[in-house]
Amino acid sequence: MSDTLLDVDDLRVTFPTRTGLVHAVRGVSFSLGRERLGIVGESGSGKSQTGRAIMGLTPPQAEVSARKLAFDGIDLLSISPRQRRALRGNRIAMILQDPKYSLDPVMTIGRQIVETLRTHEKVSKAEARKRALAMLQAVQIRDPARVFDLYPHEVSGGMGQRAMIAMMLVTGPELMIADEPTSALDVTVQLDVLKILDKLVAERGMGLIFISHDLRLVSSFCDRVVVMYAGKVVEQIKASELRDAQHPYTRGLLNCMPRIGFERHPLPVLDRKPEWAE
Amino acid sequence: MSVTENQAAAGGGSARAVAILSSLGRFLVIAVTTYLGLLAVTFFIGRVIPIDPVLAVLGDRAPTAVVERTRREMGLDLPWIEQFYLYVKAALSGDFGTSVLTTNPVMTDIRRVFPATIELATLGTIIGAVIGVPLGVLAAVKRGSLIDQVARIVGLIGYSVPIFWLGLLGLVLFYAKLQWIAFPARLDVVYEYTFTPITGFYLLDAAIQGQWDVFYDAWRHIVLPAALLGYLSLAYISRMTRSFMLNELAQEYIVAARAKGLSERRIIWGHALRNAAVPMVTVIALSYANLLEGSVLTETVFSWPGIGLYITNSLQNADMNAVLGGTIAIGSVFIAINLLSDLLYRLLDPRTRVG
Amino acid sequence: MSAETIQSRRAWLLSDRPVSRLQARLGRAYVAWRRFSANRLALVGMLIIIALLVVAAFADVLAPYSPTVGDLKNARLLPPGAAHWFGTDDLGRDIYSRIVYGARWTLYVVILVAIIAAPIGLLVGTIAGYAGGWTDTILMRITDIFLAFPKLVLALAFVAALGPGIENAVLAIAITSWPPYARIARAETLTVRNSDYIKAVQLMGASPFRIVLRHIMPLCISSLIIRVTLDMAGIILTAAGLGFLGLGAQPPLPEWGAMIASGRRFILDQWWVAAAPGAAILIVSLGFNLLGDGLRDALDPRSGDQ
Repeated sequence: MSDTLLDVDDLRVTFPTRTGLVHAVRGVSFSLGRERLGIVGESGSGKSQTGRAIMGLTPPQAEVSARKLAFDGIDLLSISPRQRRALRGNRIAMILQDPKYSLDPVMTIGRQIVETLRTHEKVSKAEARKRALAMLQAVQIRDPARVFDLYPHEVSGGMGQRAMIAMMLVTGPELMIADEPTSALDVTVQLDVLKILDKLVAERGMGLIFISHDLRLVSSFCDRVVVMYAGKVVEQIKASELRDAQHPYTRGLLNCMPRIGFERHPLPVLDRKPEWAE
Repeated sequence: MSVTENQAAAGGGSARAVAILSSLGRFLVIAVTTYLGLLAVTFFIGRVIPIDPVLAVLGDRAPTAVVERTRREMGLDLPWIEQFYLYVKAALSGDFGTSVLTTNPVMTDIRRVFPATIELATLGTIIGAVIGVPLGVLAAVKRGSLIDQVARIVGLIGYSVPIFWLGLLGLVLFYAKLQWIAFPARLDVVYEYTFTPITGFYLLDAAIQGQWDVFYDAWRHIVLPAALLGYLSLAYISRMTRSFMLNELAQEYIVAARAKGLSERRIIWGHALRNAAVPMVTVIALSYANLLEGSVLTETVFSWPGIGLYITNSLQNADMNAVLGGTIAIGSVFIAINLLSDLLYRLLDPRTRVG
Repeated sequence: MSAETIQSRRAWLLSDRPVSRLQARLGRAYVAWRRFSANRLALVGMLIIIALLVVAAFADVLAPYSPTVGDLKNARLLPPGAAHWFGTDDLGRDIYSRIVYGARWTLYVVILVAIIAAPIGLLVGTIAGYAGGWTDTILMRITDIFLAFPKLVLALAFVAALGPGIENAVLAIAITSWPPYARIARAETLTVRNSDYIKAVQLMGASPFRIVLRHIMPLCISSLIIRVTLDMAGIILTAAGLGFLGLGAQPPLPEWGAMIASGRRFILDQWWVAAAPGAAILIVSLGFNLLGDGLRDALDPRSGDQ
């Protein structure tokens, strides 16, 4: 990979709690070009905290450290919060899980998109509106002018998530972190939203980190997969070679996926061994 | 998916009309029953509890002829349900009987004294909201910090202090010792006869007429009682603001706003407070209603000629018509504010907005 | 007691698998206590209330003078000093002694209001919640109507009709303070009404009366206690306000609100006559507020904003 967009080396995120330190992420390393990387793991595996640490959205009481955390050659941990903020939403963007909660309920969709744009670029109101409408069009919303003036509760989950994508892509970021972007959606619209995301990422040559608990989804959608367990990377593998995964945890995850035409009795139980977390 | 949404939008017109009508109907039912409930309670207090309601209304020095006439006028020989009907009818037309103390119809007295109370409570609420909202926001944002602790203590004391006592101490300090403020009244005697009020709100009237000396004098009289009421309202408003803000700051859309690269200032004041503002309106309205009620004690301490002082003066003279008339007046405004704040909530929140 | 026995007792209290109902209860109480006692302000509140109880119980011992009979000849309106810590009032009575005895009346008011208003609210709320339908609608409408009234003004009007006096003040406050309890009890009832164990009790043939009394009411108690504790400060303030207006306790009862009223006449020159009882009210209400906040955070973590 000549064209490295993001370089993560030995990333650690630690939360202080009343009962002691909780190590949510414990030495995660990977690098990313203009490709689609999936991060898979159970809830609590540290995959979301990895994404948030890259964004700089870790809660203030937590501690983030890394041997290297660089985006496009910029050392993210040494720049000022202001410089970090200038990157967020501009060059690095993030899509959250559920549009029902991640869109501001008392602001129209259009204003929320315009807000991202005008935070990072000096554009006139009319220009911002035009670009927001174009962006809504790009996420395949049929009647952008109408949706522009709607409040988030007035649209369906699928449309809300498309608005979210529009809000985050309107500035043309180079890296997109999608944290379970379809888990809260109806199964029928999941694929629509994924296709839109995929198309935009491909067209714009962006890097994508796709965080999910759904191994099958990730393997069909991403170029590479990072499997996380208890805050650590247990395996990094090309999506096409997933069938040949070595690590017993990855194999366990694969085994749990239902396949049509096979009897599943008894249901397989995911094996968890403490030594994998070592 | 888009197709069904378009259909829903097309069919939404009549459904929305039904929703408006039904919520309006609900609103009316609540308003009417609450008001009837208030009248039932005052009826109970005025007619059922006293052994002789006529005595309660007229006092024990009234001549026999007057007592007999009043007994007939009040319809005391009729069954209770009929009495209540007459009572409600009279109350709805603004007839609360005559005050023994002032010999005026109670309604006339109330009209005269109410603006003073409104002026006091309004200024108090403005003070409470202007200080309380930012204080609550800061406490929530810097949770656990010094300012959060200070806001908490200030709020707790506001919840715990007897206002009439604080008022008395304030008079000792600011009137007697420091002489920063004027004596307990609404205006200096000099102005009592030279100043002609228009709206009944003296600060406003003085400003309209350009009588700045009167304005200054009125200000020196109102500032301490208003500040005290403002403190009560600040305690309530800052505490509620803090808790609403904490709730909003924990929401996912705040994470999304940070992911967009917005500044903390924009996130706090532009997003979190905008969302918290919806319930805040209710809180501020309730706080206003509470100040109207709290004015009873404050007005007594500061000899402020509003409805609270009117009620307590009437109490001391066993002037039952005036007491109950005042109770109904405060109760009606209180109920109205309660209901309106509910309505306002629906209007402000796009999620519950109809039409 | 050795370190190990303390350790094992803690383990017994915190056990995941309590063997008896008692153990489970004690364990829960222990966890709640730990959360409560971690909150320093709540402990201060508890100390204030304990002090109030002690002062009320031992008023005879703690008060150096009679609360009602003063020394008119030699001790009128004395400033605070060694003989009279908080000074004396216009009838030559020792203010400190009157405040000590006043603690009894404060307790009298809050306890009486609580044991009148809380059961009314509990009854209305649980019946409304369990019965549902029209019963619920009507009872809750009445509750909401009462909730929409201005409490202090209504209490004033009640006392005006009933006649001044501390018993009537208690009654008036109780009449105006039950609705929030009904709301809480109803909300709690609704959350458990359709639960499986209530169904089980129904299947066993328990009467609605028994279900409400034995299985629903106990569940409402803890949130009710929190709310009552939080309301105590408001009750004290309302009672003091009525006393201040001359509608509550009558002279010569050493009720704090009435004491402020009698000190009002001398406020500009002998400020201490009114200052001390007001401070007593402030401290006790603050104590109840702190205690109530602490209880809420410890017993009901959901609503805690800490």
